[in-house]
Amino acid sequence: MYVAVKGGEAAIDNAHRLLAEARRGDAAVPELSVAQIREQMALLVDRVMTEGSLYDPDLAALALKQARGDVVEAVFLVRAYRTTLPRFGASTPVDTGAMAVERRVSATFKDLPGGQVLGPTFDYTHRLIDFALAAEGAVEPAAEAEPRDDAGTCPRVTDLLAQDGLIEASPPDDGAPVGDLTREPVDYPADRALRLQALARGDEGFVLGLAYSTQRGYGRTHPFVGEIRVGEVAVEFVPEELGFAVPLGRVRLTECQMVNQFKGSGAAPPQFTRGYGLSFGQSERKAMAMALVDRALRAEELGEPVASPAQDQEFVLAHCDSLQATGFVEHLKLPHYVDFQAELELVRRLRAEFEQGRDRAGMQEAAE
Amino acid sequence: MSATGIPERVGHLPPRKGEEGSSEAGYNFAYLDEGTKRMIRRAILKAIAVPGYQVPFASREMPMPYGWGTGGVQVTAAILGRADVLKVIDQGADDTTNAVSIRRFFARTSGVATTTRTTEATIIQTRHRIPETPLSEGQTLVYQVPIPEPLRFLEPRETETRQLHALAEYGAMHVKLYEDISRHGHIATTYAYPVEVAGRYVMDPSPTPKFDNPKMDDCPALQLFGAGRERRIYAVPPYTRVRSLDFEDHPFRVQEFTAPCALCGARGHYLDEVVTDDSGGRMYVCSDTDICETRVAEATR
Amino acid sequence: MSAPLLSAHGLSKAYGNRLACAGIDLDVTEGEVLAIVGESGSGKSTLLSLLAGELAPDSGHVRYRMRDGQTQDLADLGPAELRRLMRTDWGFVRQDARQGLRMAVSAGGNVGERLMGMGERHYGRIRGQALDWLGRVEIEAGRVDDPPSQFSGGMRQRLQIARNLVTGPRLVLMDEPTSGLDVSVQARLLDLIRRLSAELGLAVIIVTHDLAVARLLSHRIAVMRAGRVIETGLTDQVLDDPEHAYTQLLVSSVLAA
Repeated sequence: MYVAVKGGEAAIDNAHRLLAEARRGDAAVPELSVAQIREQMALLVDRVMTEGSLYDPDLAALALKQARGDVVEAVFLVRAYRTTLPRFGASTPVDTGAMAVERRVSATFKDLPGGQVLGPTFDYTHRLIDFALAAEGAVEPAAEAEPRDDAGTCPRVTDLLAQDGLIEASPPDDGAPVGDLTREPVDYPADRALRLQALARGDEGFVLGLAYSTQRGYGRTHPFVGEIRVGEVAVEFVPEELGFAVPLGRVRLTECQMVNQFKGSGAAPPQFTRGYGLSFGQSERKAMAMALVDRALRAEELGEPVASPAQDQEFVLAHCDSLQATGFVEHLKLPHYVDFQAELELVRRLRAEFEQGRDRAGMQEAAE
Repeated sequence: MSATGIPERVGHLPPRKGEEGSSEAGYNFAYLDEGTKRMIRRAILKAIAVPGYQVPFASREMPMPYGWGTGGVQVTAAILGRADVLKVIDQGADDTTNAVSIRRFFARTSGVATTTRTTEATIIQTRHRIPETPLSEGQTLVYQVPIPEPLRFLEPRETETRQLHALAEYGAMHVKLYEDISRHGHIATTYAYPVEVAGRYVMDPSPTPKFDNPKMDDCPALQLFGAGRERRIYAVPPYTRVRSLDFEDHPFRVQEFTAPCALCGARGHYLDEVVTDDSGGRMYVCSDTDICETRVAEATR
Repeated sequence: MSAPLLSAHGLSKAYGNRLACAGIDLDVTEGEVLAIVGESGSGKSTLLSLLAGELAPDSGHVRYRMRDGQTQDLADLGPAELRRLMRTDWGFVRQDARQGLRMAVSAGGNVGERLMGMGERHYGRIRGQALDWLGRVEIEAGRVDDPPSQFSGGMRQRLQIARNLVTGPRLVLMDEPTSGLDVSVQARLLDLIRRLSAELGLAVIIVTHDLAVARLLSHRIAVMRAGRVIETGLTDQVLDDPEHAYTQLLVSSVLAA
């Protein structure tokens, strides 16, 4: 005798206990601390903060621990936490020109004020597995930099180009409030500020793939890395009751300014245009990909044909968010008995009609 | 929806890492903060005022994934009051995992009474079904919606579909039905079957089987639809005309089941097919577990 | 002569500092076929888009005598009215059939769409009309359920015509409908257009770079160059005895070719 499936409650409880056990892994191996993840999985923490839209290295590290290292799941935890936070207001724009630079490279100029600062980078490492890392050991201390004459002055490359009018001016602050796509639904066409927000929160892999597609001819933008810089900037806030900015603290950012060729139009002389990327912590791949896609999404504004996915803002914005994507893809795991039943019934009926039709045709042939 | 007004805050901020205690105690009544609830209520009111029209709303990140009912959960959270009695179904059943999970979520974050009885509930959140028991005045049915746009697969662009709705240009919708008939001899849409609401907007009823479409028409209960990922809320107010699209010579028809329910013997209910063994054994039972259990209990009394 | 069905006055449109159309005046009366000829880049396709209300002119007006006899400025119509007009009383046959047809929808569905858009809700009647129109444009009834992606170029253009004419429009715009087709296919299509426009008393504005097409179809002709209409008149008159030096060059180059 069939009995309708019961026991959802118990099954869920048991599955969650099993998950907790699996998360811990072999109890004979020491447990990871949040501080260890924060310090030793720092780039992963940075990615979770960037896509989670919340600057909190400890929380991101904890989310990674809870998520067993699953990035999207960790982003999910951070976002769900973020949504419950009260909102006091918006900080003043951070000044990346005043960044305490740890790393700064330009592909457009061999040397420039402030110099090329490689900083901590995988670039130019040989990707050979270092088996010595399997054994624990002390790290040789890093070399100290020689002080430069121009240390402390590190103007942005785009500002240098702008002095000669070679690059479009940075759009002026029109004083209008900046939209927030976590508080308001996106209304297409979305302005650049909203597009940048979506790209900053967007899945690194997806944005990277789109950026790559522009390089392969699907919406070419002829890019150069004007500059990538990584370092800390001050965050300031103007409380209404004070009326002047007070420092809240410092955050570590990666900024990428992409310089793109532009041939000019009937109305505008030839000059370089900008693509912009910004991420939390050190997330260079993300910042670069974001800058490429930002520039591609400006196609319409700059009078270029909109023909490729990376230039199509509805396509990019609607699909770049890893939580929206993973949620909808994974919801296919949920039961669909009812819909499937409807389709089953239809397919059976169509098959029956098909068989009847063939039988009739067969009889006619036989009669001829 | 209870008329108890805005529920007061039951806690402060969620606990930070390292704090002790159960996490749900730290959240506001029904999880969402009051500002967010007001925003959602405004969208709901607008949706009720313009039946079938998709109102954009600022959907929040929820602790469950997109596509798992975030839209329905936000609508329920926004309308839930302390005196409400909540029922949650998925595929018509109260005991499917996702229904259990959402019911528990609200039991923990709001402490409201929950039920599996359709007649006792004031709010019913559903995925893919409308209960067989007729709904009554004062009840609210909250649908979880994956794709709110009925024109989406005819026209992928939001800017264009918005224009089509504004101008009531629904010719393309009928082209799809025409194509069904010319290919299959009848309309081959079996669920998420488009409806026209109050003689104006064409609406997606969410992926309920078309079997349930007639229940939406002139329904005494309020019907609210929440799409979290797509950030839309829409509504059918009580006693509103809901007409399934069709042709005069190919009228709308619902699925019919030849056999009665194997458990309660009901006819005219939507049935789930259950595979009983690996040699082709099948049985058909009510998808609505509440009405099925009620009938079985009455028969044995 | 009755009041014109459509009249344009002073239509201008610039892209940046390039004038695509400059101060264009023209009239079309009911049942009249007007050809707009010129080389590519002369502004004739822009003019057609302006007439169809798809592009907003920088200056000038397009007026149309509606079915109720009232003449209206298209710029005064709301988007809903304009779209209704376009799918009932007007037709637009595109050079690229993919822009004028739903390529994944059957031929019958393509023809029936306008009827359904006007509120027809009887499948049998829609299909009957679709079959009737397929017959009139010489497409076999057996192809009614095939999508145009399976049709040849000439068939696609004929299907576009059926899709447009099913609602009985009074004005049809055509943008190079025969270009890219084989000569024999072209001749058959031109013959069809000529026969249908005469039978139905359609006003047609046809844009073409091909003077032979203009001669075969049109009553009147307007010659465009660099965004301006430089000569208009009865087709035979303009082509046999062109006044403007540029028209003379155009005609002689065709004859020489």
